[in-house]
Amino acid sequence: MTRAWLPLALVPALALGALPLVASLPTWVTLTVAGLAMGMMIFMMASGLTLVFGLMDVMNFAHGVFISVGAYAAASVLIALQAEAQAPSLAANLAAIGPAMLAAIALAGVLGWFFERVVIRPVYGDHLRQILVTMGGLIVVEQLIIVLWGPDLIPLPRPGALSGSFIFGEAAIERYRVLAIAVGLALFGAMWLVLNRTRIGLLVRAGVENAEMVESLGYRIRRLFVGVFVAGSGLAGLGGVMWAMYQESLSAQMGMQVMVLIFIVVIIGGLGSVGGCFLGALLVGLTANYTGYLAPKVALGSNILLMVLVLLWRPRGLYPVGK
Amino acid sequence: MADALLRLDGVHTHIGQYHILQGVDFEVPRGGLTMLLGRNGAGKTTCLRTIMGLWRASKGNVRLAGHDVTHLATPELARSGVAYVPENMGIFAGLTVRENMLLAARGGPPEAKRLAWIFGLFPALEKFWNALAGNLSGGQKQMLAIARAIIEPRRLLLVDEPTKGLAPAIIANMIEAFRELKRTDTTILVVEQNFSFASALGDTVAVMDSGRIVHTGGMDALVADAALQAKLLGLSLEAQP
Repeated sequence: MTRAWLPLALVPALALGALPLVASLPTWVTLTVAGLAMGMMIFMMASGLTLVFGLMDVMNFAHGVFISVGAYAAASVLIALQAEAQAPSLAANLAAIGPAMLAAIALAGVLGWFFERVVIRPVYGDHLRQILVTMGGLIVVEQLIIVLWGPDLIPLPRPGALSGSFIFGEAAIERYRVLAIAVGLALFGAMWLVLNRTRIGLLVRAGVENAEMVESLGYRIRRLFVGVFVAGSGLAGLGGVMWAMYQESLSAQMGMQVMVLIFIVVIIGGLGSVGGCFLGALLVGLTANYTGYLAPKVALGSNILLMVLVLLWRPRGLYPVGK
Repeated sequence: MADALLRLDGVHTHIGQYHILQGVDFEVPRGGLTMLLGRNGAGKTTCLRTIMGLWRASKGNVRLAGHDVTHLATPELARSGVAYVPENMGIFAGLTVRENMLLAARGGPPEAKRLAWIFGLFPALEKFWNALAGNLSGGQKQMLAIARAIIEPRRLLLVDEPTKGLAPAIIANMIEAFRELKRTDTTILVVEQNFSFASALGDTVAVMDSGRIVHTGGMDALVADAALQAKLLGLSLEAQP
């Protein structure tokens, strides 16, 4: 691949390019950290979808329900552990957030397994039917959430020690955003290690390129499909927890609402590319925050414009996966 | 003639509304190299893909060492010792040469002796061991595709048009590699349109036309009979000797 480093330069170029426009260094620092945190959360939600797209060629429009279900599972745990969640001690907060994240990953993963078997499996290879049945599945699960948890927006206050900001000079950096960046980096590091240093990762990378050839080498790709789908659903659930705590509320439609950003990230990154997804998520997060500050009226369309520009430059995304 | 490792009996394959294989009967003798020839669209690639289980036979049987493998899934067939090199080579471009080879060695890291033998056949692979496979030349990719297929001992090797698009010098290298492969126990079935390549290597030959086998026999007999070549292969061959 020629000039593979070029897309890597986009994030620092975008950040440095925004500095003179923002004009205030403390504001720029705050916006940059907010953009990176938002990007990390979008990456958590989108990373599973890009692998599902790349490996299984499945257009899963229901990916958003795993985000919502993860958020609701975590909210239930956090409400049950309210004393720990709202304590001023970081250790007590983490003792509540840890089980909440595990519950989100587990419930979203189980739902993903069920979804793959019941909804996706009968429509492998048929994109039109995939769109129809996954949209149908999305509506069904959203309605089930409303039946189980009610139709109202549920407030989800951030844990005590993660509320407020760190102050560096005149720049204010929200503590929660630092946690989001740390979790996002840890997740990206873990995914990189699994994909590049394990045999399963090698199989996933090969499967994204040419699933039929992986089968011809003697590997049962369907099992890999299921594993990736469940893992991707679990990651979406994890992203859902982080997103809900970031927004301090959750609703049945929260997953669907963020799907536009997720699709943009997956397309910008290159279908099936985890590295591209990570980079795309950071670009989307930064663009949303800078334009939200500089030109609020164009903020909504800024990520569409970003996608158009990236696709004009690299029509198959920043890091296209060979098919 | 040696006993058959692979036998196809009345195999029919449909792809969508198209009836591609229309009753294919032929056998591949154990331990030899059989060439499957025929013009474009005769059904040669469909035949290999049907054997490999990538497309399902709608009728008839595929037998491997006497066992019916018609409905065996592709991974199971691969695990039973069948390796496949597709027409497009099936290289994982985003993986290194080393990673491509590691993936093909299902039994664990490749044996040093086996690897040295493969590097003897295809020295370029050792040179570009840690390079991305997507950056190799067409000939080097074909070498990698074949090396990947033989990284472990196989019972049957299926190769689809190994010389397609390759320079003459690379084809000469490929002929030497196949000659070395023929010294092993591996049975080989090659789909080919280059008759000089086919005649240099084939022990037996099957010729396809319109989804059927129209001729089987020894390669020597076909090479010696120009009239038969013209009748069976006509203008379909890219390179006559």
